[in-house]
Amino acid sequence: MGKVHLRVYRGNSEGGQLRDYEVEAEEGMVVLDVIHKIQATQSSDLACRWNCKAGKCGSCSAEINGKPRLMCMTRMNEFKEGEVITVMPMKTFPLMKDLATDVSWNYEVNKKIPPFTPVEGAVWQWEQEDADRVQEFRKCIECFLCQDTCHVLRDHDKMTKFAGPRFFVRTASLEMHPLDALDRTELLKQEHGIGLCNITKCCTEVCPESIHITDNAIIPLKERVVDKYYDPLRILWNKILGK
Amino acid sequence: MATDVRTQKGLGVTLRKDPWWLEPLFYQCLFGGFTVYATWAALNPYGPNGQHYYEWGPYLSPMFSPFFNPAWLHKLPALLATPALLVLWAPAGFRGTCYYYRKAYYRSVFLDPPGCAVGEPCAKYEGETKFFIFQNIHRYFFYVALIFIFILSWDAVLALMWPINGIGPDNGSAEGPKQFGIGVGTLVMALNAYLLGGYTLGCHAFRHLVGGGLDFLRVKKNHPVRFILWRFVTKLNERHMQWALVSMLWVGFTDFYIRMCAMGVWHDFHISLFPFLNSIGHVFGGSN
Amino acid sequence: MSDSYQSFEYDVLVIGAGGAGLRAAIEASAAGCKTGLVCKSLLGKAHTVMAEGGIAAALATVDSRDSWQQHFVDSMIGGNLGNHWRMAQIHAQQAPDRVRELEKWGAVFDRTTDGKGNINVRHFGGHTYKRLAHVGDRTGLELIRTLQDKGVHSGIDVHMECTIYALLKDGDRIAGAYGYFRETGRPVLFKAKSVVVSTGGIGKLFFINSNSWECAGDGFALSYLAGAELCDMEYIQFHPTGMVWPPSVRGILITEGVRGEGGVLKNTKGERFMFKYIPPKYQGKYAETEAEADIWFKKVVIDGVKEDTVTERKPPELMSRDVVARALWNEIKEGRGTEHGGVFLDIATRRSAEDIKKKLPSMYHQFKQLADVDITKVPMETGPTCHYMMGGVKVDPETQMSNVPGLFAAGECAAGMHGSNRLGGNSLSDLVVFGKLAGEHAAIYAKKLKDFPKVDDAQLKGLNKEMNQPFENQNGEVSYKILANLQHIMEKGAGMFREEPTMEQCLKDLEGLKERVKKVTAEGNRMFNPGWHVALDLRNMLAVGEAIVRAAKERKESRGGHTRTDFTGYSKEFAKKRVVVRKKGAGMEVIREDLPQIPKELEEELVNAHMLKPEILKQLRGEA
Ligand SMILES: Cc1cc2nc3c(=O)[nH]c(=O)nc-3n(C[C@H](O)[C@H](O)[C@H](O)COP(=O)(O)OP(=O)(O)OC[C@H]3O[C@@H](n4cnc5c(N)ncnc54)[C@H](O)[C@@H]3O)c2cc1C
Ligand code: SF4
Ligand code: SF4
Ligand code: FES
Ligand code: FES
Repeated sequence: MGKVHLRVYRGNSEGGQLRDYEVEAEEGMVVLDVIHKIQATQSSDLACRWNCKAGKCGSCSAEINGKPRLMCMTRMNEFKEGEVITVMPMKTFPLMKDLATDVSWNYEVNKKIPPFTPVEGAVWQWEQEDADRVQEFRKCIECFLCQDTCHVLRDHDKMTKFAGPRFFVRTASLEMHPLDALDRTELLKQEHGIGLCNITKCCTEVCPESIHITDNAIIPLKERVVDKYYDPLRILWNKILGK
Repeated sequence: MATDVRTQKGLGVTLRKDPWWLEPLFYQCLFGGFTVYATWAALNPYGPNGQHYYEWGPYLSPMFSPFFNPAWLHKLPALLATPALLVLWAPAGFRGTCYYYRKAYYRSVFLDPPGCAVGEPCAKYEGETKFFIFQNIHRYFFYVALIFIFILSWDAVLALMWPINGIGPDNGSAEGPKQFGIGVGTLVMALNAYLLGGYTLGCHAFRHLVGGGLDFLRVKKNHPVRFILWRFVTKLNERHMQWALVSMLWVGFTDFYIRMCAMGVWHDFHISLFPFLNSIGHVFGGSN
Repeated sequence: MSDSYQSFEYDVLVIGAGGAGLRAAIEASAAGCKTGLVCKSLLGKAHTVMAEGGIAAALATVDSRDSWQQHFVDSMIGGNLGNHWRMAQIHAQQAPDRVRELEKWGAVFDRTTDGKGNINVRHFGGHTYKRLAHVGDRTGLELIRTLQDKGVHSGIDVHMECTIYALLKDGDRIAGAYGYFRETGRPVLFKAKSVVVSTGGIGKLFFINSNSWECAGDGFALSYLAGAELCDMEYIQFHPTGMVWPPSVRGILITEGVRGEGGVLKNTKGERFMFKYIPPKYQGKYAETEAEADIWFKKVVIDGVKEDTVTERKPPELMSRDVVARALWNEIKEGRGTEHGGVFLDIATRRSAEDIKKKLPSMYHQFKQLADVDITKVPMETGPTCHYMMGGVKVDPETQMSNVPGLFAAGECAAGMHGSNRLGGNSLSDLVVFGKLAGEHAAIYAKKLKDFPKVDDAQLKGLNKEMNQPFENQNGEVSYKILANLQHIMEKGAGMFREEPTMEQCLKDLEGLKERVKKVTAEGNRMFNPGWHVALDLRNMLAVGEAIVRAAKERKESRGGHTRTDFTGYSKEFAKKRVVVRKKGAGMEVIREDLPQIPKELEEELVNAHMLKPEILKQLRGEA
């Protein structure tokens, strides 16, 4: 079947460069297969993460020809024959080695989101239509591609002020859970800086689970923030109702 | 390492190979073009002989509806003395703060970012927390836009009322009774109202207000009507971008169509409808 | 390169952050123990995330006839009575509570549409009633995410991307674990009063498998080397439906849900062959003609009629996995398979494109993206793939402790619950039921100890040397090459069909590999170096591989996931035995042990309630 040509970033926290590899192609290969073949036959110390090889675990995130994608779900036959394919680690996070980045910041952010807390006396009977909205958010495989592509983090490095799309999705799954008792609006506005998102939707474009991150999670959450902080009539109304 | 591709930043830095710049360029042209046309049209309500370019017979351009022409307007500098001034703030404010348009112009005008995974000028960035915090007013513009759907629909209804005495020299309907008729312009205006409805009712703020703001269970169990509404709005919302763009272009086209008729460049086809109804039409438009 | 290690102290150390490990850690932490959790990947990526179909529990939300007793019986029959009955009983009794608990922790299961909105359950092979709580076809993700979020908020210390290389002992009892951080390669010592291993399965030992790279059998080997007994190692589940084409996706699982939603198996002649393969134990429970199966399908799957009201029986495609996998294999062997060595699994002609996309979204995408196949239009190609290890660390059913004091095991790497064959959905419930028990009892054990057991520094030095060896070795082979050889050797010697001579050969080949592994060479340095990681995994994989083959040689009968061409059928003698493997000196000792039998009263009760048929018992016990 001929050869495929990959240009893979090799390096560590101190820096690195792109290195070229040529690999014998097989039918139906995905980019991750090629990386594995490089490991097996050329550079056994080439670092990359993967687990499921079926787009279910969100480990193999990388930037292929500049686009944030899962390596295991990117088929080689998408590319033109003879094309040189660049594979880079995610740019937004500090590099560990080669294609593996340090994504621990994400786990820190997650810890700050108060967990699911059921309302008192919850009756665990509710309709599928109600579940649908929350289930969309729970499809997230934590590939962090949305975090990688979001310019607030990628270009403006607002890690300390902004939680990123993944965690708006997470917060939405809790806030919109019919049996959840907490209100995380203040956290969203203050510490998680939802106002920094300018709804430019790059997160939605890269999400391998096709979650409508911006339309279904971020914007509805922004509207909830408006309710609480920016809508004078609403605030007045809530005062009158004593909420 | 200065040439490390990984750490490079700045406008346009990317390893993407596809023509990502096409998208911002397209929207720059589209929005730029529309803004130029809309401004020009708004500032040119009258022809050289004072004839109206914003109406033709029963047709009224959406850029001038609801039509007010108070005396004080004409005390303003000539350039600004257009009835459109009293109207356009509303749709402009509505669209300007619409979540979809925000996305589109942040990307194509402010290049923040110019494309996904494409570098941008690393100037100070505050998102919608400082200057752009005013975007949160969007729902109030929505309330106004809701009224506009009714006004523009009513305009389309009025566009069925043809003056029996024909069209006056100022392009308005001549005095006298009316009869039912339908013209291409009527359809254009009706479609305009429809598209605007689809766009407005698919608004994110509306989606939130009808039901999205509730934690669902209560919607289904306690608010069956709001649940159905939410579903309806959600359906429209899924295509909000398409509605936004098409309705915008159609507003422009509606104005253009009426203007062309008023300028005598295009000929509007219309026919009389239900002659037996004319007596009602007579009563209806009789006072005019 | 420094051998200085980082050091941590925990009352309870849990190795593995799949469903079982997370559940154990949550429980231990809730009991007030300082708990540490280690995993090889990032948190939330463990193999559990790949589970699709559902979690089995007799919730009886859809079919009110369901009960723990029926679930127990189904698991025992599915396991061909090779199960430790007490584990199967605890599992069946406690699974519903564990599932409801997940819901209280935020899991959002699919709901019933009968207006009540309970947790919905679906069909799966070998279960008498609809019994699998599920979330579309991503149940494992829901389970792990729920536990992960519960876990990070209950004060557990998580050490991600850290591999445990050895368990440490103080005399007889457990003293902790030693390993390295994958990123830096730096060694790390965990001192612990008790240790729970929940490291998942062994899929990576076989060439065609559905597992993640993590499933290298670490927990089995670590425990074995620490003196724990392993049992049932011959029982390996080959899932009937893995992808077969293109080569790069070979083995990736096609969820059983496809058959649950009406998919049928056909050979290249277009025959629905499963009707030919109904074994005596399932006779009378499954449809015998296509017509009958189709009526059932129409009523139950399409129209959603309650199954209790349907007189037709369900299609034989829904029999337990061992049966279906053997049938498939036979069709392929007899030349009625496709050119890529599979048979057809057809859902396209059974359901509308819309239904398929709605009910099986990730299967639709998996095929579309990985194989360029639109399953709403054409049938899938499918063949058996190594999927699950029934055997593992021998544990006490009530406490999950192994024979090494302070060493507990739960999840896929513990043995007993599933017997010779696991029913679909019984693993996820196994994880939460026994994960909880393991955590609970590890905490009790830890609390009883006043001081930390002692760790021997000389032993650590020895381990450092071992771990460093691949860098010292010159001109040896790369680990990947040996791994590939190992997978082929196992596939041949201990795959779906086994016989004495090939197993003999397999053992010899494994010996040969051992020599090569001693000289395996790693390039580069210890920083995030997969070649080196695999080199160290090989020791574990070889030990587990040997245990599998030795156990398989010992069991001279065919049962569930262990099929011998030289000893077909059930044997009366082996029906009552379990094969145990343990370390003796430098070698491996294999013994036969009595398998605890269902108490007479319980058996009678179940027979009287028409859940258990005496003929079937007889037959499985090799007495028929
Ligand atoms: C494709 C697929 C679909 C499945 N579908 C279902 C289903 O629908 N229903 C069902 O019930 N079952 C299903 N199963 C089976 C089930 O998913 C697994 O048996 C189960 O997830 C195993 O869980 P576990 O907690 O024991 O281990 P795993 O989830 O495998 O976790 C093992 C953990 O141990 C860690 N680990 C391993 N070795 C080491 C070491 N040396 N040092 C440190 N950490 C280590 C790993 O990093 C990982 O965190 C499926 C399996 C597959 C492959
Ligand atoms: S929509 Fe918001 S969160 Fe998503 S990429 Fe854009 S700025 Fe980031
Ligand atoms: S929301 Fe989508 S892109 Fe973001 S982490 Fe989850 S799956 Fe990945
Ligand atoms: S390897 Fe799991 S998503 Fe790619
Ligand atoms: S969001 Fe576009 S109109 Fe409100």
